[in-house]
Parts: sequence; structure tokens; C-alpha cells
Amino acid sequence: MNPESVDVVVVGAGPAGMAGATELAGLGLAVVLLDEQGSPGGQIYRGITLAPLSRRDLLGPDYAHGNVLARALEDTPVRHIKEAAVWQVGRDHQVSYLQGGRMHTLQARAVLLATGAMERPFPIRGWTLPGVMTAGAAQILLKSAGAVPTEPVVLAGCGPLLYLLGWQYLRAGVPIKALVDTTHRDDYWRARRHLVSALRAWPYLRKGLELMRSLRQARIAHFTGASQLAIEGTDSAQALSFTANGKAQRIASRCVLLHQGVVPNIQFSQSLRATHAWDPQQLCFIPLRDSWGELDVPGVFVAGDGGGIGGAQAAALQGRLAALGIAARLGALGAPQRDRRGVELRRALSDNLRIRPFLDALYRPRDEHRIPADDVIVCRCEEVTAGQLRQFVAMGCAGPNQAKSFGRCGMGPCQGRLCGLTVTEVIADARQVPAGDVGYYRIRPPIKPITLGELAGD
Amino acid sequence: MPIEAPSRAPLFQSVAGETRSSRSVTFSFNGEALSVPPGISVAAALLMSGIERFRATPVSESPRAPYCMMGVCFECLVSIDGVPNRQSCLIDVVDGMQVRSQEGARDLQFEVPSVSVLEVQP
Amino acid sequence: MKRSTAAIKADVIVVGGGLVGTAVAYGLARNGADTVVLDQGDDAFRASRGNFGLVWVQGKGYNLPDYARWTRSSAQRWADLRDTLLADSGVDVSLKQPGGFHMCFSDGELLEREARLRQLQAAVGDYPFEMLDAGELKARLPLIGKAVIGASYTPQDGHVNPLKLLRALHASAQRHGARFAGGQHIQRIEGSAGDFRIWAGEQAYCAPRVVLAAGLGNPGLAAQVGLHAPVAPNRGQVLVSERVQPFLDYPTINVRQTDEGTVQLGDSMEEVGFDDSTSTGVLSAIAQRGVATFPLLRDVRLIRAWGALRVMSPDGFPIYQQSSTHPGAFVITCHSGVTLAAAHALRIAPWVMGAAQPNELAVFNGERFLSDKVLAHAH
Repeated sequence: MNPESVDVVVVGAGPAGMAGATELAGLGLAVVLLDEQGSPGGQIYRGITLAPLSRRDLLGPDYAHGNVLARALEDTPVRHIKEAAVWQVGRDHQVSYLQGGRMHTLQARAVLLATGAMERPFPIRGWTLPGVMTAGAAQILLKSAGAVPTEPVVLAGCGPLLYLLGWQYLRAGVPIKALVDTTHRDDYWRARRHLVSALRAWPYLRKGLELMRSLRQARIAHFTGASQLAIEGTDSAQALSFTANGKAQRIASRCVLLHQGVVPNIQFSQSLRATHAWDPQQLCFIPLRDSWGELDVPGVFVAGDGGGIGGAQAAALQGRLAALGIAARLGALGAPQRDRRGVELRRALSDNLRIRPFLDALYRPRDEHRIPADDVIVCRCEEVTAGQLRQFVAMGCAGPNQAKSFGRCGMGPCQGRLCGLTVTEVIADARQVPAGDVGYYRIRPPIKPITLGELAGD
Repeated sequence: MPIEAPSRAPLFQSVAGETRSSRSVTFSFNGEALSVPPGISVAAALLMSGIERFRATPVSESPRAPYCMMGVCFECLVSIDGVPNRQSCLIDVVDGMQVRSQEGARDLQFEVPSVSVLEVQP
Repeated sequence: MKRSTAAIKADVIVVGGGLVGTAVAYGLARNGADTVVLDQGDDAFRASRGNFGLVWVQGKGYNLPDYARWTRSSAQRWADLRDTLLADSGVDVSLKQPGGFHMCFSDGELLEREARLRQLQAAVGDYPFEMLDAGELKARLPLIGKAVIGASYTPQDGHVNPLKLLRALHASAQRHGARFAGGQHIQRIEGSAGDFRIWAGEQAYCAPRVVLAAGLGNPGLAAQVGLHAPVAPNRGQVLVSERVQPFLDYPTINVRQTDEGTVQLGDSMEEVGFDDSTSTGVLSAIAQRGVATFPLLRDVRLIRAWGALRVMSPDGFPIYQQSSTHPGAFVITCHSGVTLAAAHALRIAPWVMGAAQPNELAVFNGERFLSDKVLAHAH
């Protein structure tokens, strides 16, 4: 099977991928854009080209902006291959994907990874019960299926996305039983250091404040400083219990939506053995990139949330910067023009990222919700608890890869996506060493499952 | 094998205020016919039809249902048209689809080998 | 163990906490030796994590009957090892020894296979095996594919859960008092007969006996105690599928179903240096062979794939030797750490503590690589 040659393969059709592919095409390069979904948008702009006007209005102006990127992409000669599951990206810039039940391989000269972010795991008692989903999942249901909860729903955790969902649900007439906010007085105190830069990002800050005001005006039950979140139920979620205002609380609900921020999806960058560092502000692993987004794997670039959480606007800007970097690397653009064109993008990027330190500090997920008690399941696929993981450490397991071999933790179909960060932090906490010293799972292809027949080339 | 019979209201429904297509998609879950709006994922279709339990885990037979809706958590696995362990949040529902809950590890499907009859000349 | 400037003393220091090192350490600790095991960190190459889990006898030791005998002796003791590990650690390593199959895809392969096993039978004596044609094979394994024209079967073969084995050995050794220090990178051994000192950073470990079971780290360490252990990496790639309801009771050399229900496929060999990444070409070939063997695997999903570096000597056979210039220093290295785990725990460990050398081991010296003679590859 001879791989088809292209200039650039872009993986992911979210804001970074759409903007990056568009920019690359504008620079005259032959681009293939691979995405898992049937239409562009990634997760943040999920379903944007198919959403009826009323839904777009409901979701707010930030969501609607995704259409601008999608339209611009449509006007380019970029070959956008939909419903493509990329299962391997090699250091040699070969990209293998599954589409239409068949295996395909592309030989690129450079690769732009724009695979974005995913919800931070929220390992609490009962989090594996049916009826417990992430706020992101609820947004996807709204964006892609126009679906909303039937009963009064509980939103729990912290972070802008949680409040955004609440605001969207308000507009949609969905009753919210309670907003259980883990944000604590201490978090405001910690965030004060970044208040000046937050104020300089006033437009963003104002949007957030208005959003919070709407939620307050709707008189939604709002518990703050909530701790010790747990979900009750035997076969499905029945209630959320927590402590707030010094009291034990319990809210009955069959649908609990959890959120404590998003984290970079590092499956591809890890499988390429790019160097990653632990970011103590964002509490996750970030691939090391140069100012154009290139990893320490030559010719592989990362743009968007996959390189560190920055939001949709920042993602699009990074996509364009990476495109400039790639174009210069491939000889389609001289270095001086690249640098010149990058100036404005960098200024805008810097503006967009200014709010981040404040948000990261204010909405820092609680330690107990990242490093859970012994009886909480950490690896959902293999059903390994935090307590079992701590036993492995006591037996001499120093890191996540030994944990894998000691107890199958991380060996299930999700390939560590939902347990990786928790495992690293539980081990680091048990060993009393920094998370960066503990490291992360060794990630290898297939990044998405493929059948043996497909691999065999049947 | 426990069959999920929707006995309570679905967890999700179509948002009010959107103009609905008159078309609907009919599919089955564990043999029961269900009807949903077109253009949605199998996972969304099941949640909107009152299905709360998608599968039992291979490790402990614990009940599971979608968690992330974006193909990352692998909790929404069901059998679709005979193919087991499919991520239902990544596949759109179509007319006539036969969906079944994924009860533990998948089977290795096989057909009983056909017996060939030899005619013996007298 | 806490770090201190004072040397840590023991009866035996085992360098290497993989399957070989912990099996030997378990045997030592069980017999009352005060044992310390020094192991690398989380990101080490670790052949132990990458193997297939076979407890395999058939075909091994072609042209070196002592290896066939050594292997058989381990397989015969494996149930004992399973029992003591269960008693000591509570971990059941899921040993099954129902016999195993080696598939052949052409008449030439089948003939060659039969010749090999006949020769082994002639050399070893008690060596039961059967050659099966397609029809006989289908009666035993109904799901076998048409591409498999025959197979060899021996009742001696089996498989085990290799990760549970590692965990069980670890816990059992600790239960008998063995001390483990992880994150150690050993580069220096000093000493002479019966008095060795090993440096791990600032910390020194002293013992009258030292066992080098450091896999690919052995060559450099062995040289410091007058031993020659020229092992080099040999990459094997393995595929693991999603869990499947039980369908395959017997292990085969290329495909086996684990106790968890996942299907493991493998047995490739490449010399690519210290590169444990996977390559699509080899993975695809492994998948093709797997699907040719059991066609229903076609629709089963691959969840994980990895490459692991076998610890391979030039002729593929182990190196078991006590240093003559530095008595008390041993090198124990092989690429079949699972199959030989019982022999390592039950026969090597007593030898390290002063018992007579098991008679099969005389041929497994390191000097054999210093001569012109090169023996045939292990398999």
C-alpha cells in the first residue's frame, strides 16, 4: 500500500485545525484535514454548520463564531476528510487513519496536530454511574442533537464551561436544580495575584460576570465552596451529596453534570515521544513547543488546546501561527515574511491568553477531586481504585507504567484518557514527589481502535 | 440478561423552540422499537428514548452509560447491527438500526459450519 | 528503603527487578537469604512488561538438548511455583498448561517442524508431541482458519498472566523479607571473591554474593566481575485486543487468549537496537497471521500495541555463570523469563547460595561466545 503524498496533514477540525488548514491553503500548500466527526467544528463548535438558527442563538455568540471559520475553510481547496479516525501519526510524518471501514495512509511533509482538549477527569465516589456525565457531554447533546435534560439537573464543579452551560440551559428553559460550585474563598484569594491581567482582559471578564449575574438573577440554588462531592446510587445516579456552608448536603437527581476544567488531549504528542512538562498552574502535561508550535519532533506542530488550555480564539490564532511556521519550514514562505505576518497574530494571542492565569488560579480543581479517597475508581475501564493504586506504590511502583503492569490501570479501551492525570497525581502524592517526576503513561498507537482485519489490510 | 425497559422519563429530550423536522428515525434497542429525530448519534437517541444503561462492564458487570459524548471515555459501547463494542456517540442513528446493550466482553461471532452432503452413487 | 551514607548489607544483592531478578530473589528469600533487589525506574526498557506470557517448551533447544531439558524442568515445576506464589502473595497468576500449538502454513513448514521435534525427542528422550493435519487440527480447534495446513502440539506447553506473575513474585519475595529499591541506576560494582560493593548514586550496597539479572544492562556490569554476557536487544511487537468471551483454551505460539479475555498476537523478531517503538508493517504482518490463524479475529478490535526488547544472547540461549575471577558473582540472563521462572526460583536460587550447579547449566557459560563456534538460534 503506497501512501499518498501531501504537503500537510492537519488532525482535528476544531478552531485550531480549521484556521490552520485555511491559512496553509492560502499559502499554497496541499492540505488534508482529517476529523472524526461528520461536520467541522471540533467540540467547542460542535455541529455549527448543521445547527438551526434558534439553537445557535441559544448557545450564544461565541459558538456562532465557529461558522466564520467553517465557511472560510469551505472556500479553500483543503481536502477535508470526514469521519476519519486517525490511529497513528509517525515521527516520519506518515499518518494512518480509518475511514469508510478501510485503512488509509498519507505521507505528509509536516503534520499539524489540532486535537484539542477533553474534560478533566472528576474521580469522585459514584462517578461511573449511569446518569453522571460531563458538562461538555451535555453541551454536545445540545449542540449535536438539540437535547436537554428533562428533569431539574444538577451542575457540579467549577470553571467557565460549567457556568456557560448553566446560562445556556437557562435560555433554553431547562430547570437547574442546583449549581454546586467547588470554588472557594481561598480560590478568590489565590487568584487575586492575577487580577490586574484579568482586568486587562476586561471584555472576557465582563462576559463572565454577566453570565454569573444571569445565573444569580434566575435564583438557581447556588452552593459555593462545596467539597467532598459524591454521587449516590446503586445502578444509576440518585443524588449528589457534598459539604457546603459547614453542613452535609444532599440533592436528589438522576442527572448530574460534572465539570472541573478541560485538559489538553496529549495522546498523539505522547505517542510521538515529544517532550512534555507538568504545568503546575493548569495541573496537566503540556507538550513543549517553540514559538510556532513545533514540538521537539521535527515537522510536527501542535496548535490549540492540545498544547495548553487557551480557549477557542487562542486556538484559531495558534492554528494560523503554526501554519506560518510550517509554510516557512516547507519553503513556501520566507522566514522574514513568516515573522512579519506573525506579529499581529502574536499580539492577538497574547491578548486572548491574558485571562488564563486568573482563570487557572480561580477555578483550580480541588485536590480531593483530583487525588481521591481509596474507594474511588480511578481507572474506569479496568475498575482500579485509588486505594489499589496506592498499594502498588507501597509495593515499589514508581510511576504510571509500572502501575499499568501491576494492576492493568490504563490498559483499557480509553488508553488512559480518563485516568492518566489522576494516576500521575495519586502516585506523586503517595510518593511525595512532584507530578513531573512521576511522568505519564507511555502512549502508543493505535490512538483509536482499529480491527485486526483493518490492520491486516483485508 | 437484564433488558432495559424504559420505566421512567428519559433523561434527555429535544429542546423546546426548535422547528422540528417531521421526519423521524425508527430503530430498535434490545428488540424494542424506538423513534427519534433524524441526524443524531445513537447515544443521543438512546438517552432521549429513556435508555439509561448501555452496557455491563467486562470486569464486574457494572452498569455504564455515556460520560463524555465525544469518543474519549468508551463508556457508550453498544452493539450496532451485530457489531459489538461500538462507540455510540460517534455513530449517527439510521432507520432500521438494531442496537443492543453490550453485556460484558464481546462474543467472537461465528456461524455454525454448514454440513455438505455427499451423494454416493449406488 | 531510606537513603543513608552507611552501606546497606545483605546476603545477596540482585541487580534487576524484572521477571528474572525477582524470580531469583524470591527463591533466595524463601530459603532464608537476606536479599536486596535493585531496580530501575518507571521508564526503563523492562523486557518483563513486554512479553507474551507463554510457558513454552516445544521446539526449544534444537541443537542444544540441555536447553530443552532445562526448559522442561521449569515447565514441570511451574505448578509448584504457582502454588507457592498464591500462598505467599494471594495472587493467582492464572497458570494453564493444557498443551500448545505451533501452526504451520505450508507443507514445507510442517515437515521442517516435524523434523525439529523428532530431533529433540531423540536427544531428550521423554518429549511427547503430535503432528496434526488440517482435519485433526480442526477437530481440536474448530475456529482454525483454512490457511493453517497443520500444526505441532505438545502437552507440555501452557501460558500464564505475566504481569500478575511479576506482581506475585514481587509481593512474595517481599513477604519473605526481600528488600526492593526502585529508581536505581547501577553502573559500578567493586569487589572480589565473596565481598562485593555496588554503588547506586551515593548509596552503597554490600554483600558476599551478587546476581546480575539486569537484562540489557548486564554486559557492562558483567565485565566488572570477570563475566562475559554479550546480550543485545531483539525487538518483539505485540498486539492486544479488546476483551472477548472465552473462545480459545489453548495457547499458540502467535495467538493466545489471556485470562482477562483479551487476545494477544505476536512473535516478531527484529534487530533495531534500543528502539521499542512499533512499526505498522510488522503490526500488520502480525495481524495478518492472526487473522489467517483464526479468521473470526478479523472483526476484533486492537486496543494496544507495543514493542519490547528481548534480552538476546548471540545464540539465543541463556547465560548462567558464576564468575571464576570473582566467585560469588553470578550472571543470570535469558529471554524466556516467564517459562524459566520456576527454574530460576527453585533451581538457580539454591545454586547462588552455594548448592551444586544444576547439571544442565554447564553449557550456558559466557565464554562460548568468545570462540568461533556459534550455535544455532534458540528458536
